[in-house]
Amino acid sequence: MTVATHPIRRRRRGAARAWRAGVIAWLLVLPSLSVFVYMIIVALQKPLDITSGALWPVSGATFDNFAQVLSGSDFMRFIVNSLVIGVASTLVSLALGIPAAFAVSHWRQRRTATVFLIARMLPGVALVVPWFLIFTQLKLIDSYIGMTLSHVFVTLPFIVWMMIPFFDDLPQDLWEAALVDGAGHARYFFTVAAPLIRTGAAAAAILAFIFSWNQFMFAVVLSGRVTQTVPVAVFQFMSYGSSNWGQITAAAVLITLPVVVISLIVQRWIVTGLTAGAVKG
Amino acid sequence: MTTSAPTAVTTRPRRRASREIGFRAAFLGPALGLLALLVVVPLIYTITLAVQDMPASLRGGTFVGLDNFAALAGDGRFWAATARTFAYSLSAVVIETVLGVLIAVALHQEFRSRSLLRSLVLLPMIATPVAISMVWRLMFQPQLGVLNSILEAVGLSPLDWVADPALALPSLILVDVWEWTPLITLITLAGLAGLPSEPLEAAMVDGASPWRRFWHVTLPMLRPVIGVAVLLRFIEAMRTFDPIFVITGGGPREATETLNLYVYQLAFQYLRPSYAAAAVIVFVIFMVLCSLAVVRLSKGEKR
Repeated sequence: MTVATHPIRRRRRGAARAWRAGVIAWLLVLPSLSVFVYMIIVALQKPLDITSGALWPVSGATFDNFAQVLSGSDFMRFIVNSLVIGVASTLVSLALGIPAAFAVSHWRQRRTATVFLIARMLPGVALVVPWFLIFTQLKLIDSYIGMTLSHVFVTLPFIVWMMIPFFDDLPQDLWEAALVDGAGHARYFFTVAAPLIRTGAAAAAILAFIFSWNQFMFAVVLSGRVTQTVPVAVFQFMSYGSSNWGQITAAAVLITLPVVVISLIVQRWIVTGLTAGAVKG
Repeated sequence: MTTSAPTAVTTRPRRRASREIGFRAAFLGPALGLLALLVVVPLIYTITLAVQDMPASLRGGTFVGLDNFAALAGDGRFWAATARTFAYSLSAVVIETVLGVLIAVALHQEFRSRSLLRSLVLLPMIATPVAISMVWRLMFQPQLGVLNSILEAVGLSPLDWVADPALALPSLILVDVWEWTPLITLITLAGLAGLPSEPLEAAMVDGASPWRRFWHVTLPMLRPVIGVAVLLRFIEAMRTFDPIFVITGGGPREATETLNLYVYQLAFQYLRPSYAAAAVIVFVIFMVLCSLAVVRLSKGEKR
């Protein structure tokens, strides 16, 4: 910093260095992104190009694969199922998780917080086996309630864990001012704290919805004809011996697209959410 | 909390304390209650199953004590799956850590398209796992897949990837690395952003090379952050299900059968609920031990 260089030369060298840094960064990330490019290319290919293993839609790009997937008898129903279950589990998790996160932060219940962390770390198979057996006896297999409950297991601990730092960051003065005004814990929560963290809550809700949308293991065991979600439906389509890769990749693009679009819109919050628990704040 | 007048010390704080506990219960109760319903009840049910010999019809089980666990201890397939789970998780996490920190350092530099690249880099971990697993399945295809096209283009002989028992697990590790390196990158980036600049400036004044600055100044300061990231990722890697289930289903034969897959097979293919329950319990014990290690280490970091 203290080296005496001519300012212009230093700036030019800085620009060159930035350019080089950019090239290196892109070179490191591009291989990872090429998987998405490949997915889109195959989805746009005609069957002949796919079976020849071509890396480009040689005989012309086509949207036939997408059209076939979308006009497939049930694809829309699976999307509606995913939406309904995703929204329901997100709403339940917000309603229960935000007050819980507030309590953890407000009364410094760190030990309770680790309960939610451990719930996030249990292997899904440890729960889906007993759930399947219990749900069978309760006639909850292939029901929206059963599916939503299983997804709440994913979204609720996540929302609690993500929201705790937001409540932690509220200045202590706010609570003291509320005390002076004679507000109790409940009024402080509803009129001061909750409104202040609503941006964070919105981000948590979006991420929770994505996690529900992406959920596969619980859905593959607990859903059936009625409540099948998109990931399960597409997987079953593939496992019935179909090797129609054009349609499979088109379906993959259609499932992933909403998630990618959402994630690019709320990118800053996604980083907070995905690293929740590892990085403070 | 203790600012009330001295005369009221005996009665008012106590009433207030009990009201406070009531509030606490109202705020925390529903979430904890639902979680207990979803986690504790099934786990207790699992334990009762594990000590019985329950037929798949779930009617008329007989108490067998710890027989299922004894059988598990002698089950070669279970131990092979356990070893595979640890091998998969360890190798994936080691590679992800090296690559993730490297990419984080590259993305920490100043350049024009940085914010765009930062939002693109996280796509693999946010994209629907089943969808991208199907794309990888196609990429691994010996005849149609892009990976062999690349190998042939650079003059190498094609591979069988997930169809080759020796290559199947490494291939799945490749998928894991692709999917989850961004997590290490994001956490490391957050750590880099929070580093104090004085030590680096001091090292620059001392004339340390960029590499030495990174290795001797930046990396030691980042170690706690990276440590937590690695442990979190390790636990997550142990529970990996979607890509393995979609791409290989545990095969060829049992070459990629991790604990998750084995338990799934026991419960839903072989229809042995009691034996599966015993395996689940041992699996959960492994996971809880690892989770406790994470909690302890992340506490140590804050102090």
